[in-house]
Amino acid sequence: MISLTDVSKAYSSSVSIGPVSVDIDAGGITALVGPNGAGKSTILTMIGRLLSLDSGRIEVAGHDVVNTPSKAIAKIISVLRQENHFVTRLTVRQLVSFGRFPYSKGRLTLGDEKYISEAIDFLDLTDLEDRYLDQLSGGQRQRAYVAMVLAQNTDYVLLDEPLNNLDMQHAVAMMKQLRRAADELDRTVVIVLHDINFAAHYSDRILAMKDGQVVEHGTPAEIMRDDVLTRVFNTDVQVVPGPNGPLAVYY
Amino acid sequence: MLKTAQDAPAQRGTQQTPQQSRRSGPLTGRRHRRVYALVTAVLILISLGSTAGILFYNNPMPVGSDGWWLIAGMRRDSLLTIAVVALCHAMATIAFQTAVNNRIITPGIMGFGSLYTAIQTGFVYLFGITGVVMLVGVPQFFLQMAVMMLLATGLYTWLLSGKFSNIHIMLLVGVVLGGTLGSLSTFMQRMLTPSEFDVLTARLFGNLSNARAEYLPYAIPIALAVAVVLWLWAPKLNVIALGKDNATNLGLNHKREVIKILLLVSILVSLATALVGPMMFLGFLTAALAYQFGDTYSHRHLFPLGFLCGYAVLSASYFVLRHVWDAGGAVTVIVELVGGLVFLFFLLRKGRL
Repeated sequence: MISLTDVSKAYSSSVSIGPVSVDIDAGGITALVGPNGAGKSTILTMIGRLLSLDSGRIEVAGHDVVNTPSKAIAKIISVLRQENHFVTRLTVRQLVSFGRFPYSKGRLTLGDEKYISEAIDFLDLTDLEDRYLDQLSGGQRQRAYVAMVLAQNTDYVLLDEPLNNLDMQHAVAMMKQLRRAADELDRTVVIVLHDINFAAHYSDRILAMKDGQVVEHGTPAEIMRDDVLTRVFNTDVQVVPGPNGPLAVYY
Repeated sequence: MLKTAQDAPAQRGTQQTPQQSRRSGPLTGRRHRRVYALVTAVLILISLGSTAGILFYNNPMPVGSDGWWLIAGMRRDSLLTIAVVALCHAMATIAFQTAVNNRIITPGIMGFGSLYTAIQTGFVYLFGITGVVMLVGVPQFFLQMAVMMLLATGLYTWLLSGKFSNIHIMLLVGVVLGGTLGSLSTFMQRMLTPSEFDVLTARLFGNLSNARAEYLPYAIPIALAVAVVLWLWAPKLNVIALGKDNATNLGLNHKREVIKILLLVSILVSLATALVGPMMFLGFLTAALAYQFGDTYSHRHLFPLGFLCGYAVLSASYFVLRHVWDAGGAVTVIVELVGGLVFLFFLLRKGRL
């Protein structure tokens, strides 16, 4: 379980996040949704200890993310930011092998190689594993990054807008793969999403944020309502029944 | 072009049995390994050739006589200096570029060269030509090194641990500081007599003959010790090259590691600068060549390549210019010129850094 207690972060006197107190259950996919600037990515990166908190406390599976050594956290949580740009030229397999660093410290064992191969296969990158990242399309590259955090073999996987810049086909494929990671590999996936319909269809819980506060937290059925979505997104939203569940229409 | 790039991995895949050959490593396949080995071999050959050339070519004394050995011994000291300078610049630049996650800037941007110039100019300005002599000697060598390290350490720890905590601000401060020290030196140089200025200019170009044999017993162990530490940290450096967020995600305390690396870099650069004077382009050149030839993330592959490039370039040009053409002082000037041209060539051909 990820539990946040009175977590706050101030960027300036007028822009601040929190205080946020919320518990995210272990297992399944939790989607963070909300308008731009609501603090979704800030909360996610603070849970992943990439950003320091001004006050409050974050515990993941009982470990305080600020005080527990970073080495130990790296075996419990993995986190992926939106922008990944490397100065070095890496192949897919080399990138994924970095996911084993918390265990191998750079000296890969046969067991590590097995995890690496599994993560690559899981994301359908088997044929591309010797390609350099700069020879891949955006969707393939995004999959390679996700494969790296899966190879890290952590119970908690935090992803910041993994669907960014992906077309329809690749976005759906990515969400299906994350769904499988949650179901088959028993990972707890926390993900920042922009599209409420993706969140509703693929996630188990939705956490809606607005102006630095958590305003709604519940199952997709509880969140997918006209009044709730209209309030969260400051836009008139109508929820209509679709062939695969409710759809939010906002245009 | 695009087609071959796509076909190559597929062909490699069919040649190997998929299950057993799936290994991760810094070199991506047989072809990559062959290129790496070939480049290393060629660089070693060039290095050995120019080393032998410097030691034995054009020695005026009869072979095997006492005088012959004396001259060979003096030339050996030049070779050791070349080796130390190549090691310092190559490892410092590669480690620095990894730490700041940028392959264009070099440690020189932090104002090392300008500080060296300011110290030398200041002494000549205050004490005249005797000022140059006052800066020669083992204690003075360590003093200069210490002052440069103090500057670098102060900058790194203050700027990286304070509220700025930003590499770009640190670099900006380094550039501004370098510019300020440079202007100060230029101002003092305007006040010198032509003969003082002449003596000073000879000191300000990086020059291998600036190094004196009595520095070497101290410089070599220091350079080697730092190099060994960086070598042991190579796996961490590989991760730090992925950037702050990814390094943190993989369990490294990014800020602490970066400060540690930058401290070692400052030792290496101050050592090389105090030894022979500022040579800012050499590190840039060796690092760029190592990235081009090695094409790998692994610092255990990049460091030796960088050192070999530096040693080969320096020793070959030293041999040609000093022993074949008798143009001693111009060595580093030419190295910087040739280095710039080679770098431009690679940059234009590949179109990326």
